[in-house]
Amino acid sequence: MFLINCPYCGPREESEFHPAGEAHLKRPANPEKLSDIEWADYLFMRQNTKGILLERWVHRHGCRRWFNVARDTRTNKVLHVYQMGDSPPTQLKHIKP
Amino acid sequence: MSAGYRLQKGGLIDRKTRLNFTFNGQAMSGYEGDTLASALLASGTRIIGRSFKYHRPRGIFATGVEEPNALVQLERGPRTLPNQQATRISLYDGLIADSINCWPSPDYDAMSILGLFYRLIPAGFYYKTFMRPATAWRFYEYFIRHAAGLGCAPTEPDPDHYDKMNAHCDVLIVGAGPAGLTAALGATRSGARVILVDEQDQIGGWLLNENRIINGQPSKEWLNAAFLELNDTADAQILTKTTAFGYFDHNFIALCEHRGPTQVNGNGLSRQRIWRVRAKQVVLATGAIERPLVFADNDRPGVMLSGAVRAYAHRYGVAAGRRVLIFTNNDDAYRTGLALKEAGVAVPAIVDLRHDPSGELAVAAVRAGIEILDGSAVTRVLGSRGVTGVDIMNLNNTGDGVIGAPRRISCDVIATSGGWNPTIHLHSHSGGKTIFDKRRGIFLPSKTTEANFSVGAANGTFSLSDCLKAGMKIGKQAARNAGISSHNRRKAPVSIKEEEADSRLLWIVPTACPTSHKSRHFLDQANDVTVSDIQLAAREGYASIEHAKRYTTLGMAPDQGKTGNTHGLAVLSQVLGTEDPGETGTTTFRPPYTPVTIGALAGRDVGPLMDPIRMTPMHHWHELAGCAWEDVGQWKRPWYYPQNSEDGLKAVHRECLAVRNAVGILDASTLGKIDIRGPDAVILLNKVYTNSWESLKINRCRYGLMLSEDGMIFDDGVTTRLAKDHFLMTTTSGNAAQVLEWLEEWLQTEWPDLRVYCTSVTEQWANITICGPSARALLLEFTDDIDLTNESFPSMSMREGTIAGVNARVFRISYTGEISYEINVPASYGMHVWTALINAGKKYGITPFGTETMHVLRAEKGYIVVGQETDGTVIPSDLGMNWAVSEKKDFIGKRSLSRTNSMRTDRKQLVGLLTENPTTILPEGGQITAKQTLSTPTPMIGYITSSYYSAVLGHSIALALIKGGRELHGDCVFVPLEDKSIVATVINPIFYDIKGERLNG
Repeated sequence: MFLINCPYCGPREESEFHPAGEAHLKRPANPEKLSDIEWADYLFMRQNTKGILLERWVHRHGCRRWFNVARDTRTNKVLHVYQMGDSPPTQLKHIKP
Repeated sequence: MSAGYRLQKGGLIDRKTRLNFTFNGQAMSGYEGDTLASALLASGTRIIGRSFKYHRPRGIFATGVEEPNALVQLERGPRTLPNQQATRISLYDGLIADSINCWPSPDYDAMSILGLFYRLIPAGFYYKTFMRPATAWRFYEYFIRHAAGLGCAPTEPDPDHYDKMNAHCDVLIVGAGPAGLTAALGATRSGARVILVDEQDQIGGWLLNENRIINGQPSKEWLNAAFLELNDTADAQILTKTTAFGYFDHNFIALCEHRGPTQVNGNGLSRQRIWRVRAKQVVLATGAIERPLVFADNDRPGVMLSGAVRAYAHRYGVAAGRRVLIFTNNDDAYRTGLALKEAGVAVPAIVDLRHDPSGELAVAAVRAGIEILDGSAVTRVLGSRGVTGVDIMNLNNTGDGVIGAPRRISCDVIATSGGWNPTIHLHSHSGGKTIFDKRRGIFLPSKTTEANFSVGAANGTFSLSDCLKAGMKIGKQAARNAGISSHNRRKAPVSIKEEEADSRLLWIVPTACPTSHKSRHFLDQANDVTVSDIQLAAREGYASIEHAKRYTTLGMAPDQGKTGNTHGLAVLSQVLGTEDPGETGTTTFRPPYTPVTIGALAGRDVGPLMDPIRMTPMHHWHELAGCAWEDVGQWKRPWYYPQNSEDGLKAVHRECLAVRNAVGILDASTLGKIDIRGPDAVILLNKVYTNSWESLKINRCRYGLMLSEDGMIFDDGVTTRLAKDHFLMTTTSGNAAQVLEWLEEWLQTEWPDLRVYCTSVTEQWANITICGPSARALLLEFTDDIDLTNESFPSMSMREGTIAGVNARVFRISYTGEISYEINVPASYGMHVWTALINAGKKYGITPFGTETMHVLRAEKGYIVVGQETDGTVIPSDLGMNWAVSEKKDFIGKRSLSRTNSMRTDRKQLVGLLTENPTTILPEGGQITAKQTLSTPTPMIGYITSSYYSAVLGHSIALALIKGGRELHGDCVFVPLEDKSIVATVINPIFYDIKGERLNG
């Protein structure tokens, strides 16, 4: 059971939140111009990172805000929590989202 | 067997308080402070049950959670609990326990004949024997389940209740033995908020089983002083009879607190309570569990762990036997010999695998007059229903064989010790790594993932004085790590250090004949797994411990192999030729550490509190009308309203005809409603719906399909434009929350620049829908400010006005094909408007109808239900709904509609089905084939999504998804059932009022 520090509410139990996969995926501006393979890549392909993963969470049973979490998938340690639209902190910059 | 194994004095029992109990129907008694196991031992009961597979007689082996044999069915009736370890049941007056897995009694068990055929039922014999024919498994299973089995689950509802509790602390300490206690003292003295948990009924851990000296006083006095100090500290909480059963992420530890019947019954207290603890620091002082030596027939009643024999003498004042032989590879077991000697029990010999044991304890044993047989082993156990004696032989130089002539010694108990395994379960739950200590043959905790420490025996520190010191140090350290800065210079209590010599690791004790199928060296007594089973598994290729474990079921019984797993691992390593069991690796430790009853995990979330129930403002009316209910998500919706003795089918027919011929009234309040406001509201709608929204005029409504990005239909509903930048979206009843989260997800993560706000208003509005030819006439009676003519209030539009004196939004939206008004009023007026309409509607024959009727009526019109005609694999064109898909703009999921897979012409498409016989109703979910055959395999070309009897048509109707179905109109398809294949004709999926003329009344 994670303890997640919601950027708007503070530390709360995992059961209040819902995970929503990899962060920093950008919806293509012109989907019609993409090939089937490129579109499938956006749609289905994820890193399945073993290590530090930047992912999205929503405080479903709280403020209902979405935010980003940097989590080590090997230990489930939450290294950083940051707002939507913000970049990952500089010490995590080398991680390819 | 003769009674009287209770010692004259000693122990933590109260000899003045006698407790009566019943075991297998026999009246017995024990004392306050006993466990069921100690009371049974004191009464001379040797056989407690029969083993799982071979039905061999088994007795008490251990003294705590590690007990593999002495499992009982505790109590009878609704409070009965299966597979309870007798060693963990605190005795109470009136206790009733029964043996499991034996008939008619553990002494005379009909299935014990299986033991004679053990060579025919080795590991994996089920897989090998009962393979063919596959259909026969059900037949075999019945007998196997009865032959091999455990206790019975209760069949009646649990009369007790269970609770949950959240707690936070600076330092959580698991285990109140010497290390845990000093850690608790160290942490509290530093000012930390501490929770100390222990599974026993009092603090002390293993110290309760010993008579030692701490700080110059008897250990029991030191324990009392420590208890008083912690009890007087406001920030320290002691939880006894509480097991830390799981260690989860971010230092979240689950505890289960047990209460005995004397505490619970009549006091209104919960039987058990789950504590959900979030700790800044965790100290694991979980101790160690003794492991036996693995020798031939080491499962006979009377073979016990050495430490357990000592515990029964010291703590419960019970002699495990009259003549107790000690068989060991280490010094600790000598303490048992000394303790028994002091209590007046005969100790015929200490058999030691080592040559010339010369430690302090061995010297003391010699001084006490105990014969020591060094370099020797027990090679044979006499007595199949209880130990009567042993054969002892000398070991050869390498320890893999025996030499010389056997010497026979009579005894009734063998107290065996093969060393102590640190209890690393919780450390492993938390993601901590382990290392194998070759010299001592034990796994030790190494790298931790969470903020925790292992200390004391759990960390491989076995001497009392070292445990006291280490506990104090770690307790202070944990407090500092938790951010407590105050200094605490108090010193650890001291104890005399007893030097112990090294043990001798011999994983399999040899017998006179080579270790083969002939002798049974048990590793896992609970599941009847022997050394030869592991050897067989390795020979058959199960080289990984994870595979060997599952093949042999080693460590998979209720005790989870607490005494046998390390030996099993070592034996596998030997067969595989890897000398280091650390390389073979351990199996994964998973929660729970000991079994937790489902009742405790459920807590208060049972019965009506299992899930919230959502009720509409008119719920009470429906209830009085005696409706049948349908659960839609958490909502309770009227399903149909049976009258007199009507069955469901008749009620639905009546309701359907009333809507088609007069007027019906439906509570549609559960429909999801989202208020969408902001200058960019249209942009949002254009992105999330497949059709376009700019052109929608104020007060007009439009149907929309919502797709997920993979192109699959996710929701549908009608959205109304209330003002230029203000919309009201409706969603399906079950999907309202998901749709709102979906909108928020895109708004917050992808399009944060859009100026638009979404608010759920589902529960703010009651929706009363009246529909049918008389709907307009009825509504006319209730409003004087809304013009109801088709010209001024056409279909798919909204008017605001007064209905029955209440401000209302009236929507002309039809899901039945009839003229229909969805009257939305503030929720608190819902009941008022509903009853007014019902009363005035009597003259029109107004009929309340439920969801089933609604579904029949919409199916007659070919309208889809998301989740029924769609299942997450259906795109708009499959349903013939491309009319709702815009070519001109982008929307979520659009690109997926032009993927190769979406363009296939043989996709399953929505069609209508008519059976030859008008009364045959096809089963929903029924598979559809192109050929009329019952032989298998036959390719499936589709399936039925909706199927009803249409009262207005006098014919059954069905909707189905069929491959290339639109090309098949007029063709016959077949629905194979168990005994026949039904013919149906494919038609356009619309059955009634094909031109849609009734919509205008």
